[in-house]
Amino acid sequence: MHFTINGQSYQAEPDIRTSLLDLCREHLGLTGSKKGCDHGQCGACTMLVNGRRINSCLSLAVMHQDDEIVTIEGLGTPEDLHPLQSAFVRHDGYQCGYCTPGQICSAVGMLDEVRKGWPSHVTGDLDAPRFNDDEISERMSGNICRCAAYPNIVDAIREVAEADGTVDIALRQTVEAGA
Amino acid sequence: MNEMTMDRAYRPARLARAQQNVLGAPVPRIEGPAKVSGTATYAYEGAEAGTAYAAIVGAPVGSGRVTAIDTAAAEALPGVIAVIHGDPRMVTGGSNSQGIAHSGTDRVFHYGQPVAIVVAEDQAIARDAAALVVVHAAPGADRFDRNAQPVERDHDLGFLPAIDIGDLDVALAAAPVVVDRSYTTPVHFPAALEPHASTVSWADGKLLVRTSNQVIGGARGTIAKALGLAKEDVRVLAPYVGGGFGGKTGVGPEVILAAIAAEKVGRPVKIALPRAQTAYLVHHRSATTQRVRIGATEDGRITAFAHEGVAAQNDDASFLEPIPFGSLPLYAGEARRFRTDLVRVDLPATGAVRAPGEAIGTFAVECAMDELAERLGLDPVELRRRNEPEVDPVNGKRFSTRRLLDCYDEGARRFGWADRRKGREGDWLIGHGMAAALRGNFTVMAEARVTLGADGRATVETDMTDIGTGTYTILAQTAGEMLGLAVADVAVRIGDSDLPASAGSGGSFGAGSACSAVVLACEDIIAALALRMNASPEELTLHDGCVVAGGRSVALADLLHGEPIVATGKTGPGTETQATSQASHGAHFVEVAVNAITGEVRVRRMLGVFDVGRVLNAKTAANQLIGGMVWGLSYALGEEAVVDTRNGHFINPDFGEYHVAVHADVPRIEVHFIEEIDDSANPVGAKGVGELGISGAGAAVANAIHDACGVRVRDFPVTLDKLLAGLPPL
Repeated sequence: MHFTINGQSYQAEPDIRTSLLDLCREHLGLTGSKKGCDHGQCGACTMLVNGRRINSCLSLAVMHQDDEIVTIEGLGTPEDLHPLQSAFVRHDGYQCGYCTPGQICSAVGMLDEVRKGWPSHVTGDLDAPRFNDDEISERMSGNICRCAAYPNIVDAIREVAEADGTVDIALRQTVEAGA
Repeated sequence: MNEMTMDRAYRPARLARAQQNVLGAPVPRIEGPAKVSGTATYAYEGAEAGTAYAAIVGAPVGSGRVTAIDTAAAEALPGVIAVIHGDPRMVTGGSNSQGIAHSGTDRVFHYGQPVAIVVAEDQAIARDAAALVVVHAAPGADRFDRNAQPVERDHDLGFLPAIDIGDLDVALAAAPVVVDRSYTTPVHFPAALEPHASTVSWADGKLLVRTSNQVIGGARGTIAKALGLAKEDVRVLAPYVGGGFGGKTGVGPEVILAAIAAEKVGRPVKIALPRAQTAYLVHHRSATTQRVRIGATEDGRITAFAHEGVAAQNDDASFLEPIPFGSLPLYAGEARRFRTDLVRVDLPATGAVRAPGEAIGTFAVECAMDELAERLGLDPVELRRRNEPEVDPVNGKRFSTRRLLDCYDEGARRFGWADRRKGREGDWLIGHGMAAALRGNFTVMAEARVTLGADGRATVETDMTDIGTGTYTILAQTAGEMLGLAVADVAVRIGDSDLPASAGSGGSFGAGSACSAVVLACEDIIAALALRMNASPEELTLHDGCVVAGGRSVALADLLHGEPIVATGKTGPGTETQATSQASHGAHFVEVAVNAITGEVRVRRMLGVFDVGRVLNAKTAANQLIGGMVWGLSYALGEEAVVDTRNGHFINPDFGEYHVAVHADVPRIEVHFIEEIDDSANPVGAKGVGELGISGAGAAVANAIHDACGVRVRDFPVTLDKLLAGLPPL
């Protein structure tokens, strides 16, 4: 089978029981994505598949022939970090680091959902969705941080969202409204 | 070797002068880029080619004996390499500092106890095969309901003996006001996000273990003992540990089983516990029942204080939750009684989970104090102020440093405690609560080696672990402060048991102990530098890689002439440790909203002010405290492992049903410090941080809930079903 991960082409013949997560971690040497529960309950395995965030432990590898898959390794490297990755370092948006790749991949996917105007459980006005800390917390709740660096994770994501023009306007509105 | 036990209060001259100003600064974690890019490798990762996969077969019953194990179906599965059972070295459970589990027995101590191990070419095959192993068992006593078991008052478990001072019964009878309340707390899982995992390999009779463990020096000895090896023949690596919370202080059974399996199949073997299996093979905090009795005068002076509880343990382990540990020195009161009784159960082992004793003991005591304040018509902060002891009320020892009153004052001021208004916003009832935090401080023997390289850069080496606590960074900051180096010029090597023995990460003693060893090593290096400068150490200024003395400034690299300086420091407790009562302190302030219709609780604000001695890194220390406070919120509102008393199973052994706090549960959290360097604690002057935040935090949430809606829940967690009946009429 053929897989496209982080823009690179991989050939593999995974056992039909193999999850996308295990394909990456156990067969392709991409161990940045983590396994916390293997049940889609913790979010440590979050990857982007065709631009959308998924729990890769709940998806079989054989379902992803020719999909565009992005893992944490595809976002940045220690020498050239993605803005979210460097924001997590700056804001101490982690402790043990085990949930971190999933948090960051999830945040990338989440911010894209916001840009598209997708509402969440806490969105008040569906015609004019506003982005704020409650929205970040709600939309990131599939990613458990047992160390509980949650406030710092929200700080990191907010900072990147503010610097990103496409999310900026709604965010400013909310800040003014709440001030 | 510069060795110093704490026989007197001590502050290193170099730290008193703070020339580099890097210790304490909010420096981002030096391993941060590795963690955020997914290049930090944890125990299950980076295994060599040809590594086989293992899975553990658990006992299908909760007590009794294993009578036969049928492996035929498992062995017939393609890809299975071996199914192993009956090896006399196989352990029944994990170890902790209190003891090592049984081995070579057919007795079942709890459901899911390891009885066989499957080795296969693939992870999925190993799991499939494990499910095909048929284990036959003879029934046992099935003591699964802790409430149905007899309470043993005479036992030798745990490190905290019963304490009885004065005549409690007389004092209670004489007290004009008495609060006498019972509280219960549920089974509490550490639930580190990285499940217990290990990769093991043998070479020339020596064992290499990459594992997720908090205290690898101790692990090395435990593994060697379990396998009949010399300690020198075991090397334990743990460069990254995906959370511990006490659950990784000992050696999990999977390490020993994987080592046996690797020996048997002649290949490296790796194993990670499936999430549900962590509930059975990792120790948990015991459920507890607690009774608190406080006798006081009309003006709120405590005269009698008793905190008694019951915790559970199985027949395979010897730890006992020290329930009143945090209560001992918390408040004044002449007559005092503290004890923890035991019930024996056939359930997985109980053990040390973040702040053993304080985490749950403060729930009972700090809620009881709130009830007393209400009875007296006193502000809860004022009640605590009136009962602040001058010396440790149990043993009369002086406090090393104790800024609890300042924590109350500063917290109340910052929170706006005096101006709080309970009331209603739409469907939400708003209330406020507070609680004290206290966590005993430990100083543990620790050693570190510091090398000042010929290039003028330093390397710190010790067998410490960083379980998310910030060890990498604070070790670099400590060496940087001592030697006048930027953090970027200090490399840190930890997580390898071949390095000098440290305290490990547990009991909040890691940072203070390990950094102190670094301080002492650096003192030797500074002495050597002083000789080369023809000056005394006190005359040296060390800053940004230069040594200045007598009007002369020399770059470190030039002073070394190609020869590195290597020094080792060692620190540990001493007579000053014995002579003083040491603890970290704090005060929590919380605002909650309780839904008037559904009873749903939302925590809206949390604020804590903490006295932790020297703050080694303002960013990572605050994060540790945030984490602890969220743990308090989490166990106050949701965490509860439920035992099926018919069969000894946990009904909710995973994140789907065992509810830890998620993003949406967590409000903005403020953390502030009252920083007083504790010269009696250790050379670096730091007290414990990691467990302090959880101490009292859950009680503050419960007290705020009571303030909001008038319902006092004494049975954690405070779920909405316990609030509904008592909510005020709509």
